[in-house]
Amino acid sequence: MDGRISPAVFLPENPVSSGKMRGRMGRLFAIVVTVIALASAVPIITHHWFWSDISFAPPEDISTHGHAIDDQLSDTMVEAGLSFLAAQILLGLFVWKSAERKSTDAIKTFPGGARIMVIAALVLVGTEILALGVLGQKAWANVYFKPAAPDALQIQTQAGQFAFYFRYPGADGKFGTPHPDKIDEGNSNFFGLDPANDVESRDDIVTGELAIPVDREVHLMMHSKDVGHSFYVRELRIQQDFVPGLDLSVHFTATKVGKYEIVCTQLCGLGHYNMKAYLNVLSQADFDAWMKQKASEQ
Amino acid sequence: MSETSVSAVQHHAPPTSFIRKHVFSLDHKVIGKQYYALALVAVFIGMVLSWLMRIHLVWPNVPIPGLSLLSKSGAPGGVMTPEYYLSLLTMHGTLMVFFVLTNAPFAAFGNYFLPIQIGAEDMAFPRFNMMSFWITFVAFCILIAAFFVPDGPPISGWTAYATLSAVGSDSGPGEGLGQTLWALSIFVFCIASLLGALNFIATTLDLRTKGMTLSRMPICTWAWFITSCIALLAFAVLMPACLLLILDRVAGTSFFIPAGLVISDHLQPHSGGSPLLWQHLFWFFGHPEVYIAILPAMGIVSHILINSMRRPLLSHKVIIYCMMGIGFLSYMVWGHHMFVSGMNPFSSLVFSFPTLMITIPATIMTLIWLGSIYGSKLRITAASLFALGFLSMFVSGGVSGFFLAQPSIDIYLHATYFVVGHFHMVMGVAAIFGVFAGTYFWFPKMTGHMMNDSLGRLHFWLTFIGTYCIFMPFHYLGLAGNVRRYSAFVDDFLVPLIPVHRFITFAALFTGAAQLIFLYNLIQSRFRGAPAPANPWECTSLEWTMPSPPPFDNFGGKHPVVYHDPYQYGVKSSTGDYLMQDSPEEAGA
Amino acid sequence: MRTKQLFIVASALMVSPALLFGAGTISGKVTYTGTPAKQKAIDMSKEPSCAKQHTTPVTTETVVTGPNNVLENVVVYISAGAPDESTAPTQAVTFTQKGCQYLPHVLAMRTGQELKVVNDDQTSHNIHPLAKVNREWNKSQPPGTPPLSEKFDKEEFISVKCNVHPWMHGFFAVLKTSHYSVSGENGGFSLPNLPPGKYTVTAWQEDYGTQTQDVTITGNETKTVDFSFKAKPY
Repeated sequence: MDGRISPAVFLPENPVSSGKMRGRMGRLFAIVVTVIALASAVPIITHHWFWSDISFAPPEDISTHGHAIDDQLSDTMVEAGLSFLAAQILLGLFVWKSAERKSTDAIKTFPGGARIMVIAALVLVGTEILALGVLGQKAWANVYFKPAAPDALQIQTQAGQFAFYFRYPGADGKFGTPHPDKIDEGNSNFFGLDPANDVESRDDIVTGELAIPVDREVHLMMHSKDVGHSFYVRELRIQQDFVPGLDLSVHFTATKVGKYEIVCTQLCGLGHYNMKAYLNVLSQADFDAWMKQKASEQ
Repeated sequence: MSETSVSAVQHHAPPTSFIRKHVFSLDHKVIGKQYYALALVAVFIGMVLSWLMRIHLVWPNVPIPGLSLLSKSGAPGGVMTPEYYLSLLTMHGTLMVFFVLTNAPFAAFGNYFLPIQIGAEDMAFPRFNMMSFWITFVAFCILIAAFFVPDGPPISGWTAYATLSAVGSDSGPGEGLGQTLWALSIFVFCIASLLGALNFIATTLDLRTKGMTLSRMPICTWAWFITSCIALLAFAVLMPACLLLILDRVAGTSFFIPAGLVISDHLQPHSGGSPLLWQHLFWFFGHPEVYIAILPAMGIVSHILINSMRRPLLSHKVIIYCMMGIGFLSYMVWGHHMFVSGMNPFSSLVFSFPTLMITIPATIMTLIWLGSIYGSKLRITAASLFALGFLSMFVSGGVSGFFLAQPSIDIYLHATYFVVGHFHMVMGVAAIFGVFAGTYFWFPKMTGHMMNDSLGRLHFWLTFIGTYCIFMPFHYLGLAGNVRRYSAFVDDFLVPLIPVHRFITFAALFTGAAQLIFLYNLIQSRFRGAPAPANPWECTSLEWTMPSPPPFDNFGGKHPVVYHDPYQYGVKSSTGDYLMQDSPEEAGA
Repeated sequence: MRTKQLFIVASALMVSPALLFGAGTISGKVTYTGTPAKQKAIDMSKEPSCAKQHTTPVTTETVVTGPNNVLENVVVYISAGAPDESTAPTQAVTFTQKGCQYLPHVLAMRTGQELKVVNDDQTSHNIHPLAKVNREWNKSQPPGTPPLSEKFDKEEFISVKCNVHPWMHGFFAVLKTSHYSVSGENGGFSLPNLPPGKYTVTAWQEDYGTQTQDVTITGNETKTVDFSFKAKPY
């Protein structure tokens, strides 16, 4: 056996490409593609990895705007999931049938030909786009087109390689001016404040965790110290990039007390994987106590 | 123009020296093979990098034998540092997108077969063609050099967002000379691609032989032509963007860097620039680039499927209009990579509309492919299996794109493994399946030897199942919020997901090993495969009218005359159930 | 007569090593006047593996004080007049990353002396000495990897940070002389083995800067030299 292939491999007599095994190969393809499609759907439907309690579901939504996003996601999942399953199963079915047809059979054309395909695509996709597009616009607008309430709790956050720091205005209600050239991280002066000369900055409260009161709108002003970062809290259904040079912000209301992770999702350097802070949603009373404690530590 | 411009063809004498025949060759066929060989080297390196990444993700503090030889600072004692993981990630993406997915389906097969399929003797500008390849090779060498500079390869990803990529070594290890070499490599790559695109367009418009009207060109020829049009505009934007990045890094300009940044305790001496400008420039190229990667595969798969099914597609014209539509729309959607980037949120809604619209031509094409299989007489070979696998993968990858096209859902899924799963399925699998299909199909023509079809089919089954095992779970991880580009999973919500990553790593190593079957088959068949006849697949296009491999001047100095559209299958003729394009015979009933 | 000669020879022999190798000492205390700025609490919540190692609150160490207004972590050294020392000691100095803090906060070493950096934590650190005179470098150290070995060739006070954990901060005092001492809990320092001569003693505190005093050693005496820094309120 010197590895040479019989020239018959490409001629109609070849058992696989044109002969008896053709049907078997076609059936095998159909079965494999169907099994893969159905198996792929299982973790989506059960929200779990196979035979384990590892959960894939988005975590519980603790925001006031997130339900619209979750609805959008489920609707898309149903439509996309059905399209996916239908396409894969049809592919398998057509391959099975086609691989069994003899070379002497006549070619058959799908009823309606290309026209029906164009119409089907326009109708199916068109309606999906209209439905999801209209719904989605509302979900997006809830987050981005509504300004923060005038009495929202104002907090500043600075993202820098590789930690988030947060600043509360303190008793005077005013934020001191940050000076990039005065930043001294070893001395915990992350914002570059100048308390020696800037009175408003003396009572600013700088922390490494974001504590907020439950059921109160928060206006989080975002600023980057060095490179691009991003603010992502899964449970809040919020994600927003920090862009150096731009003053951006997000606003949200958390509806459930608890501890959640804020993680950086914009590649920012070697410590990107380890750049996080905790979001601590507290009752109003606990939040006031926390603020007092932090103020005394400044 | 339906007539050939004989005077436009530059006749060149057959080469005699080894250098002229195999190294600095003007022959589009040699250049096509050179591109393929470069893509093969690049994909092998890219695949090894992905193995290293996957191993590190699930066994982060375990030394990897031999890794410290590649980089003493990047892997002290064989344990990968976080920045080296990001370096490997960056090089993996860059190699795969540029040197594999642009080179193989487009430059390699396009160069080899576009002139032949339109009946030309060579490309319109053979010298530019040779330069295109060698400039690409220089770009490849510059990129690989980044592995060997003291600070290592860049860590900013293949997307190289400013300011991380723009300020220099202050922003981290790997952001020194490595990043500058990266930008230079891509800049040089753009030059080569622009020359290539010009060549393809001029050749397609001017060198078609007698009877070869535009509508009689095979679908893959159309795909290469449309891809070249996209590439001409896209690379023309990436090139100056890379130049601006280099200037920011070495000449003290501030195109992408605003004032007041403190990085590594150094106040940066820049001001006035915008990081978002880089994102706009990059993605204005970046989105059309992914269509540059997939369109040739769509064309190749269509061509092979038609041949295997023994019937034309439900509509030749609709497929081509859809490809044109995708190419056109591809320029309107780049902002969907930037929904949460800080650009005006109204822009996000505007970009999402054409992004959703692209689903329409993609769905039409998918339905036409599916509908064409119905009632056909499919032949199963390694090539046709990979073409069918492409269809399955294209559906999977396309469906996940539908989620990401909606800005509100993207708030949750952006920068998670859902995105990574999506683009790997469409680019990393579907487009590669197009390359595999093309290889199994055209190898006999290019080398004069048949490949081992049993090994090819085994390669298909292992790869098809293996890639689903790797990339389908990425979507589940994304739904759980698993963030991408992390070198380790230490966050509270990520640790429980590590067992899933372990499964993926095993699948990746297994699937990678399966590619050795392909490599073995390629090499073995090249030297000891059965001799290939002129038309082993009973195919109708012009490349199958000539011997395997074709002579230096393709058609032996003659200009073929074309009588038919490219897909005369299911007809009664003296050759069987098909008619070659250059056959003066008319089809029977 | 012989006993007296013996005695003279013996004394000479005893004194001459002292004459050759020096036996004078400069010692003293470093104190401050005024009220130093409050050291701020360090929030390590982003790195739970380190946060849980500390039972008492961790604060910044820019100004570390002790009872009786003493200052710790002040580097006191002979900046002029010390005999030239060309070879660096073969013994390495160690800088440890533990609990996401640097131990010691201020590490003094000779130019050319080997520095060993140890990672005792479960997280990766990236040690980044912000050298301006020496070569600036930064190196990642995953947990469980062997110590890093480096050295500095030029005299410099180098601020050290960790790229991954912004609150981590320390100093390398790279000195030409081996006559140095870092003040401890009692604020005291001691510079022994000084041959007779005129010396300039410098005290360096990372926030308050430097102070110098001139001291002359004539024999084996111990000269007391105290330094007092004016505290800054912020």
